[in-house]
Amino acid sequence: MNTLLRIKNLHVSVEGKAILHGIDLSINAGEVHAIMGPNGSGKSTFAQVLAGREQFEVLQGSIHYAGENLLTLSPEKRARAGIFLAFQYPVEIPGVSNVYLLKTALNAIRKQRGEAELDAMDFLERVKQHTAMMQMDEELLYRSVNAGFSGGEKKRNEILQLLMLEPRLAILDETDSGLDIDALQVVANGVNSLRDDTRAFLLVTHYQRLLDYIRPDFVHVLAAGRLVKSGGPELALELEQRGYSWLKEAAVAATP
Amino acid sequence: MSIPQPSYQGIFQRLQQHLPGAGIAWMSQMRDSALATLQQQGFPDTRMEAWKYTDLRSLGRHLFTPTTANREISTAQLEPWLFDQEPMHRLVFVDGRFAPQLSPLHALSGGVTLTSLAAALERHPAELEHRLGRTLDTQRPGFNAMNTAFLQDGAYLKLERQTVLDLPVHLLFISSGQTEHMATLRNVIMAAPGSAVTVIESWVALGDATCLSNTITEIMLEDNASLEHYKVVQEGDSATHIGDTSVYQQADSRFTSHSITLGGRLVRNDLDVCLDGHGAECALNGLTLTRGRQHVDNHTRIDHQQSHASSREYYKGILDDRSRTVFSGRIKVHPGAQKTTAQQNNHSLLLSADAEADARPQFEIYADDVQCTHGCTVGELDADALFYLRSRALDRESARNLLVYAFAADVLERMQQQPVRHYLEQQLARHLSGATARLQSAAWH
Repeated sequence: MNTLLRIKNLHVSVEGKAILHGIDLSINAGEVHAIMGPNGSGKSTFAQVLAGREQFEVLQGSIHYAGENLLTLSPEKRARAGIFLAFQYPVEIPGVSNVYLLKTALNAIRKQRGEAELDAMDFLERVKQHTAMMQMDEELLYRSVNAGFSGGEKKRNEILQLLMLEPRLAILDETDSGLDIDALQVVANGVNSLRDDTRAFLLVTHYQRLLDYIRPDFVHVLAAGRLVKSGGPELALELEQRGYSWLKEAAVAATP
Repeated sequence: MSIPQPSYQGIFQRLQQHLPGAGIAWMSQMRDSALATLQQQGFPDTRMEAWKYTDLRSLGRHLFTPTTANREISTAQLEPWLFDQEPMHRLVFVDGRFAPQLSPLHALSGGVTLTSLAAALERHPAELEHRLGRTLDTQRPGFNAMNTAFLQDGAYLKLERQTVLDLPVHLLFISSGQTEHMATLRNVIMAAPGSAVTVIESWVALGDATCLSNTITEIMLEDNASLEHYKVVQEGDSATHIGDTSVYQQADSRFTSHSITLGGRLVRNDLDVCLDGHGAECALNGLTLTRGRQHVDNHTRIDHQQSHASSREYYKGILDDRSRTVFSGRIKVHPGAQKTTAQQNNHSLLLSADAEADARPQFEIYADDVQCTHGCTVGELDADALFYLRSRALDRESARNLLVYAFAADVLERMQQQPVRHYLEQQLARHLSGATARLQSAAWH
């Protein structure tokens, strides 16, 4: 098996408060993993730590990505190495056009891969193709990044970036929250179009609904900063029916 | 309430015969009385509310003198400050003195008068007698009086009824780098009903001498007249610039101001707008980039005298090193000025922990059916936005520069004149690359 991400005993704190208490997780190329859990369980912290958020302090443990120690890499180096985080709350950046950001990001990543910059025509063609797939108005490309976008437009914009940048490891942080069923399908189609045996996906979600459209290979439950249960797609359905409380109590009981 | 300063009496006596309008009785009287006011009032000190954050004591240590000699400047030396490929009417002033050989005027259509103020005083003294100084705030101590007493020259632009001047007017004021020199300029812009024009003032320096620019621009917009006005301050590193733009607007007139300050040790821009007609509109935009120990004070005042008028203010500042900026925005809605809309926004971005931005919004509202809004922020670069850009593969420096650039470009986007906007975008990029170079060198040490 080709292990893309290997996390061992990961402990993380935010502003002095311990959030993750020893996470172990391995993801192979070609797999889709879902991390589910109640609010406040540390899901977003986990997603952002993987992308290199500096405010989060890794107290213990290791993360290896494609054999490399990820913890020594800056966020931009992680992005260039093929890691992509779709944000739970995409940031508005007035004054920077969406298309400019896409182009700059893509060229930085291509440079890392040893590829030439995409010429303007090829770039535009690709952007337009993906914009159409995300059922986004092309006008949004020329607006400032996420500025004044609706919640759904922001989430689609994240997946548009995902499609353009073609990461090896995509982390989707609650991309499904706030989306209606049509938008959810569009987002899922975008993600599914990129699935192949070289890439891996980590879906962080509160709801089982997303997993009807992007079928995971593995489901893990994160509660009180630990992965308390892992299983196949059927675990998501069980959570949908039983809720999280039965697992949450077990996790709290296990906390030293 | 004034700071200690040397007497300007001696200089005045020596120069008065050489200043424009010396043979005109009302002008001489005006200068005499202005000098008396200057001697009596002095320069304001920080106990005065309007000067609370701007300490002028350094000015009192010098005796600034206007020059009576022409300094030769070649056209090539103007290059850095010209806007590319755009024909413009241009008036150039070197150390406060008009330089006709550097000032090519394109053919002017009927209904337009564009000359130096000295020439206008010579040709149409009666026209100026009741105009000069009419829009000025008598409460602005020291500097207005000093400007009147020592007035050297300036631009005179008059538009007759329904006249539209297609080419912009570029007024270029150059300080040649003489120590303790004072340039005392007064521009007068009068736009008759229905006329329209664009005026760009550039204040630039060839060196970094300790000198003073004391400037006033008086603007009168009659019914339905329109003016887009740019003021770009790029004075030298040791220079002081004290400038006042005073605007009087009648019904349905439109005034847009872009006040951009990039250079100068101490810069004070006063901008007073009196909306004295129904439906008059003004939009005041500002951008300040400071570094080192620069101090820039933007002081605006808008008087809503009549109903249905609107004002919008949008000022931004980017501060680095130990620099300091002040924004004061006073908006007064007078009794009866119903249906007034007034928006004021002021945002400062601090790139250094030692920089300081002070903001003072002041609303005085004496009418009940008005819409006044106000927004003010002072902060560092948004950490979330930085992380977002870095997570999209932009390195830290590029992400930072992009955010700073975007913060400023938002003001430049409001400009109608593409050549001016392009010029300023380049200045901004240069400013940022300087900041990047300094950051990198700091990292090495």
